[in-house]
Amino acid sequence: MEKLAFGPNGWGDEMLLAMLMTLAVSVCSLLLGTVIGTLLAWVKLSGPRVLRWLANGYTTLIRGVPELLIIYLLFFGGNGAVMFVASIFGHEGYIEVPAFAIGVVAVGLISGAYSTEVIRGAVQAVSKGQLEAAHAIGMPRMTLFSRVLVPQTARLALPGMGNVWQLTLKDTALISVTGLVELMRQAYVASGSERSPFLFYSTAAVLFLVLTSLSERGFVRAERWANRGASRT
Amino acid sequence: MFKKTLWLSLALALGMVLTAQAKEWKTVRIGTEGAYPPWNATDANGNLVGAEIDLGRELCKRMQVECTFVAQDWDGIIPALQQGKYDAIIAGMSITPERQEVINFSQGYMTDGASFITAKGSDLDSSSFPEKINLDRMSANEKAAIDRLVEVLDGKTIGVQSATIHANFVEKYLTGSTMRTYQTQDDLNLDMASGRIDAALADTGAFEEFLESDSGQSLTFAGPRMSGDVFGAGVGIGLRKSDTDLLGLFNKAIDSVRADGTLSRISNQWFGKDISM
Amino acid sequence: MNWDLMSSSLPKILGGLGETLQLVGMSLLLGFFLALALALLRVYGGSLATQLVKSYVFVFRGTPLLVQIFLIYFGLGQVEWIRESWLWILLREPYWCAVLALTLNTGAYASEIFRGALQGVPHGQIEAALAFGMSPLQRFRRVLLPQATRIALPAYGNEMILMVKASSLASTITLMEMTGVARSIIAKTYAPIEIFIVAGALYLVLNFLVTRLVAWLEQRLAPE
Repeated sequence: MEKLAFGPNGWGDEMLLAMLMTLAVSVCSLLLGTVIGTLLAWVKLSGPRVLRWLANGYTTLIRGVPELLIIYLLFFGGNGAVMFVASIFGHEGYIEVPAFAIGVVAVGLISGAYSTEVIRGAVQAVSKGQLEAAHAIGMPRMTLFSRVLVPQTARLALPGMGNVWQLTLKDTALISVTGLVELMRQAYVASGSERSPFLFYSTAAVLFLVLTSLSERGFVRAERWANRGASRT
Repeated sequence: MFKKTLWLSLALALGMVLTAQAKEWKTVRIGTEGAYPPWNATDANGNLVGAEIDLGRELCKRMQVECTFVAQDWDGIIPALQQGKYDAIIAGMSITPERQEVINFSQGYMTDGASFITAKGSDLDSSSFPEKINLDRMSANEKAAIDRLVEVLDGKTIGVQSATIHANFVEKYLTGSTMRTYQTQDDLNLDMASGRIDAALADTGAFEEFLESDSGQSLTFAGPRMSGDVFGAGVGIGLRKSDTDLLGLFNKAIDSVRADGTLSRISNQWFGKDISM
Repeated sequence: MNWDLMSSSLPKILGGLGETLQLVGMSLLLGFFLALALALLRVYGGSLATQLVKSYVFVFRGTPLLVQIFLIYFGLGQVEWIRESWLWILLREPYWCAVLALTLNTGAYASEIFRGALQGVPHGQIEAALAFGMSPLQRFRRVLLPQATRIALPAYGNEMILMVKASSLASTITLMEMTGVARSIIAKTYAPIEIFIVAGALYLVLNFLVTRLVAWLEQRLAPE
């Protein structure tokens, strides 16, 4: 157990730092995924046919291919892709794309596909009656959007987004294959160095449980707040 | 007068062309695995240490360049070189025709030979073999020994690190054995210690530290120490095909560290014996 | 883009399909019964049973599958008394370690699906069955099971696809299913992008077939 101690001889501080990294990657990925999800949900609901087709292709792809492969592809191809784009603008030479960025883009793209479905479902679930009423009293489109659609969508999307968050949090463990030192990678390095896989993977599991259970409580509270004043049908 | 100008401008043009070709190497980034002691490893503070780290620093001193080390997982080590993440691979990488198709190698600087480890008292341990066999130069006796090796290991499970010359050996020679490939030497050692595999094959030096550790107590070296054929022509520095000038620089530096005994000194320090080439 | 390499690697990666299907099939089979047992315990068991199931689900849904796989394979392999017990016959093999991890994982997720399905059957139907004088077994067979299946099938179909994707993680513990084969090819050819595209395409096809299978099952088992 002293292997988990803090300070130079124990891995305790490294593990906690790695947990923060996991959190950081997850939060950034979720943000990216939410942006993607909102855009694509809009495209799927009211976009031109070609874009809708592309959006469907994207969600089908991400939901049908193992996350591990997606992460590997972005890891091996990401650098080349970025350098290719940069070379169009005349920049030659190597660009070091930080592992953090690749990880966030990879998990962000994955969570984006799932977010799309959640947000789309939420938008469609907003009571038509509310939209019609707002329209009937002559509410301008922008106000309708910000006063009616967005708050209701956010409220209805919350449970689904809670699921997407849990998914995102766990998918970050796969980024360990790129070498980024998040929780899984740190456990891997520590267990190799100390030859104690059981201790360190159990610790990683416990730390993940801490993250997921705190998140779940957070989302339950958020749902309760968001649903205040909403009548139970 | 005209002739002078002509020669002058030709010389100037030639000078420009030549300097345009030769890249001015001021810093060299070296990629290594950091998980293959004593060649290269990562200490508890996350720093890279090992024979090749010391060697790399020495070579850079001779080449009068500044060098930095970059850690990279083994299975991506060559693609990362090609993408430009670093300029040279110094990671216990053996010179093989397979790899030479995609990258250039410097001359070999160290060679260790590959060995099996197995549980004490296992079939492999109980059989006797010549101490060393070079697969390129086998006597009739040694050929028979290899046949016996194949027979003893028939039906057994052999562990190797993926994408290594050791994996190539098992694939080519031990066709009756089951091969398990691992991402790192550590994972291989773990499974050997827990008894999931019957034997493991890697560089002799890579096993030595493990055998002295707690988990390695019930294990022992067995079989012949092998070199040649699929095991390649020693360990060399991997470089991009286009960097022929850097290749020249490294080769000269290797000559230098060999000539004044530095190479042997580093080898003795980390391997306990002289495995320099 | 090395098209030759892509086409030559296709049959090799397909060679890993057998292992993928074995992993998925065995895990789904064992996981199905585990999930059913857990769901029944949760819905009909006492408060202790409910707590136990809830804790189990919490642990396995709250930790990444990769951590679970490594814990079972490398972690348990380190424990002395496991290596000396009969458990080692199973846990020695990476295949069974992977199956164990996948089963425990799908057991947790599927048990929630089944629970939701069991609790989702309209109570009116159960009351009607009671009014009819049906025995508990008859109630289960004639009313609960068919209705619950109809509710569970879409979600369980999704779970089957998640299992196919999860099987790719078995490549991290030396198993040569499709992802494992892909990685071994990359180790020799240094062409990660081409090979992973081929592997990804194969998974897409496989998952498409699973979707078709589930749709067919929905037609057969729960005709509208």
